Amino acid sequence: MSLKLENINRTVNGEVYLKDINLTLEPGRLNVLLGRTLSGKTSLLRLIAGLDKPDSGKVFSRDQDVTGLSVQKRNVGMVYQQFINYPNLTVYDNIASPLKLAKVDKATIDRQVRDIAERLSISQFLSRFPLELSGGQQQRTALARALVKDADVVLLDEPLANLDYKLRESLRADLRDLFTQRNSVVVYATTEAQEALALGGHSVLLHEGQVLQSGPTAEQFRQPVNLNSANLFSEPPLNTLMGIKQGGELRLAGLPAVVTLSEHLKALPDGEYLFAWRPTDASLVAKSEHDIELLLDVDVAEISASESFIHTHYRVGQSTENHSWVWQIQGVHNLPNDDKIRLHLSSQKLFVFAADGKCVASPQSKLSELSILGDECG
Amino acid sequence: MAEIVLNNLAHSYLPNPESEQEFALRELTHRWKQGGAYALLGPSGCGKSTLLNIISGLLQPSQGQVLFDGNEVNELSPKERNIAQVFQFPVVYGGMTVFDNLAFPLRNIKAPKAQIKQKVQEVAELMELTDVLKKKANNLSADQKQKISMARGLVREDVSAILFDEPLTVIDPHLKWKLRRKLKQIHEQLNITMLYVTHDQLEAATFADEIAVMYQGKIVQFGTPQSLFEKPNHTFVGYFIGSPGMNFIPVSWEQGECRFGNQTVTLTEQQEAALNATPSTNLKIGIRPEFVQLATSQERIEHSLQAECIHIEDYGTYSLATLMLDEHKIIMRVEEGERIAIGHVSIHFPNESLKLYIDEYLAGEVVSE
Amino acid sequence: MNKTPNNKAWWLVLPVFLLVAFSALIPLMTVVNYSVQDIFDQNTAYFVGIEWYQEILQDERLRESLFRQFGFSFAVLAIEIPLGIFVALTMPKQGWQASVSLILLALPLLIPWNVVGTIWQVFARGDIGLFGWGLNSLGVDYNYTANSVDAWLTVLLMDVWHWTSLVALLCYSGLRAIPEAYYQAAQIDRASSWSIFRYIQMPKLKGVLVIAVLLRFMDSFMIYTEPFVLTGGGPGSSTTFLSQTLAQMAIGQFDLGPAAAFSLIYFLIVLLLSWLFFTTITHMDKDKS
Repeated sequence: MSLKLENINRTVNGEVYLKDINLTLEPGRLNVLLGRTLSGKTSLLRLIAGLDKPDSGKVFSRDQDVTGLSVQKRNVGMVYQQFINYPNLTVYDNIASPLKLAKVDKATIDRQVRDIAERLSISQFLSRFPLELSGGQQQRTALARALVKDADVVLLDEPLANLDYKLRESLRADLRDLFTQRNSVVVYATTEAQEALALGGHSVLLHEGQVLQSGPTAEQFRQPVNLNSANLFSEPPLNTLMGIKQGGELRLAGLPAVVTLSEHLKALPDGEYLFAWRPTDASLVAKSEHDIELLLDVDVAEISASESFIHTHYRVGQSTENHSWVWQIQGVHNLPNDDKIRLHLSSQKLFVFAADGKCVASPQSKLSELSILGDECG
Repeated sequence: MAEIVLNNLAHSYLPNPESEQEFALRELTHRWKQGGAYALLGPSGCGKSTLLNIISGLLQPSQGQVLFDGNEVNELSPKERNIAQVFQFPVVYGGMTVFDNLAFPLRNIKAPKAQIKQKVQEVAELMELTDVLKKKANNLSADQKQKISMARGLVREDVSAILFDEPLTVIDPHLKWKLRRKLKQIHEQLNITMLYVTHDQLEAATFADEIAVMYQGKIVQFGTPQSLFEKPNHTFVGYFIGSPGMNFIPVSWEQGECRFGNQTVTLTEQQEAALNATPSTNLKIGIRPEFVQLATSQERIEHSLQAECIHIEDYGTYSLATLMLDEHKIIMRVEEGERIAIGHVSIHFPNESLKLYIDEYLAGEVVSE
Repeated sequence: MNKTPNNKAWWLVLPVFLLVAFSALIPLMTVVNYSVQDIFDQNTAYFVGIEWYQEILQDERLRESLFRQFGFSFAVLAIEIPLGIFVALTMPKQGWQASVSLILLALPLLIPWNVVGTIWQVFARGDIGLFGWGLNSLGVDYNYTANSVDAWLTVLLMDVWHWTSLVALLCYSGLRAIPEAYYQAAQIDRASSWSIFRYIQMPKLKGVLVIAVLLRFMDSFMIYTEPFVLTGGGPGSSTTFLSQTLAQMAIGQFDLGPAAAFSLIYFLIVLLLSWLFFTTITHMDKDKS
């Protein structure tokens, strides 16, 4: 069964929470809602759950109109950022509670509880109380409770946000495997691009209550529709610079050299555009003679074990226009402040955005072959 | 401003701890230099917050000494230690305006009005709070409130140290960036000892010059982010630092050969010497996913290992491949442009990145200056 | 503007409206009805307009009793609120000591009003009462039945004994709700104990204090049973408070018209003062923009 949202709108106190949402969420894969705080992720989840009603539009489940149906009448499981369990019930009774409510017989309850506990590796804690467990185990209990009743729809609202990142890593992998084996429609809201990519599946990019784009996650990453969706996948954000494309030439603001056009830029109509690189696209050594070379002032360099985040600024020619750029470079590069750094950027990696923010060209990916191979095995 | 030294410090929340397990903090001696930016990194429950509260004086240690610039401060209250601390969740004095909040620590030490005003303006500017100075702190968003908490920690110039207890927990991911950078800049400007507690390796590594990794109440390694990454002292550090963590494979040492399953690994002389010297059978080799290489060149093929790639995850600019090396699952990071496919692969562990662990501790390294 | 999608929800509030109508509005309207008529018997009633209101506003006895009432309520608040806060601050925070002090504090609240009056009537007597006898044997000339100042203080003391617990318990629960991190932060900001009280505890207590002040004000302003039992309003009329004057008027003299007019004024005073107090407090929180 799939879940379909048609022309959903919701406004509260004059503030637009959701606008013209059209989505189909399929079972058997993870549907990731990626967006910043207040982008409408939670509003959308609440609406799918039946906790809120849309002002207009319809929600279909199994091709049946369920708009306005209360949450009690839908078979929904929900997991929140906070670890919500019944503190006075054991882990076993917590997991069993939705089944008891559904009046399932005892033997079946026992079998299902033990089964899901096994799969979430909390079997050894069944007789304990939630508050005696670690955060990760508490959240596993909440997950088990949401999963045990075989809900039609399982909603997860940043379920890993309150866990430390190592736990996140392991739970993420567990979740991915757990959900792809189910018939439920699973919707997972997150603010983190890394998490969306790690979970794989399909992503819906939300921004200010609107869907920017949706589809397989890795594809969304490579083909953003506009600057907002590119930035949703980039932490820190993309580094941008205005430039003019004319004939076979490209001039970037303040750069003396004319940039040789790479294949993906050749079809671009002449005009002024916003050009952008991902922070990971810079290299300390020239990889080709066509590389663009930039001499930047270093504000501060942050070292993160295997890579360095180099905060730089770039002044366009003699003007006051000043860009703050952050680059993420593999390896440790401990640069003193106010130093200069020479970076090499390939024009092949350029994203191009039109005046209205729409992405008109994105770099051809060398990884596309790889992702197809990856999908086959999943 | 002060150098902080911990001398045989230990702490248990129980009145009469019997076993080592009952100590939240096991005996440790440590020194943080004046003016450094340090991080305490570890999973929840590792004792890092306990340690922080002992340093600030909110908690009395069961044993040992805390020294500021060589003077014991065990008996001194937080007030007398002259320390600033920023907590995980925002603490604002609700009834006051943001200005009054920032001025609070200065008014408590009866600083002159003009100085208060100037200092508050300066810090507000730094933390981008100038626009809200006249507002009541209660009516602001969580991350604004946390900025106020942080700014309050920064207004006093005379403090011995500033302690941060997971200060970015409530901050939105895309704002964390800015604040972390702010803290780093502030540290460079003020030259005050700063201690930052977190479970996030990225926060720790980007903020601190040196990181103390804590595990089960102990500091298992203290070093630069780079050294934690390249030479983890303990298997826990290898696992905890890096995302994903280091791959570990249990090995045996028989007749001068380091083996697991049907495979043989080549080790350095120092590592072989260490293996010859130990009676232990708890032996592991460790290699980071970033350092596992595809065996392409001739030299690599000679020392290659045969593996089966069973899964590939696409992270956009790179991929993580899951390989089965006999019975052992290992992760390999594949950069954009490199090619790998499901099925058989030949891989290679470069000698300089292959680490040996005896009883979970790093062994057989070349001692360098 | 907020648009209501449908109006069905209004039916849910209907029972509350009905309840309020029966319990408050209808009796109130009866009183309004009485206050503008001169009633001789069931069939004879004359509309007199605001005559009763004019009369009672001129009434010396009522005016005195009103001032007495203000004085009393003010004294009650001035003593019970700070005392209650003080008790709450000094109470143990955990362990059996906390439970014991909670039970001890709750005890006076469990005693019925008239019993409180009776207890103090005996307790304060000079011959057999521990309190009265104690004071007398210390050489203090104390007799609440004869001396109006003594009577006043006794009523006040009785009220303080009876109701300070309520304020203390409310404040105690308010104080427990302050996270430990606030105290830690204040210590680290080198705040003095006074600053901690002024900037952390007081702001957090404000909510419960508003309730405490309102409850104690309304309750003390309408005090009846205890002084009635204890002093009967005497000596003279020194402890005759508003509600007692009202009762004398309505029941004793059967002046229903003036009594009704007076009741309404009484009601309006309580309402007005409570509203004034409440709005000032809640407005203090807003930003001046």
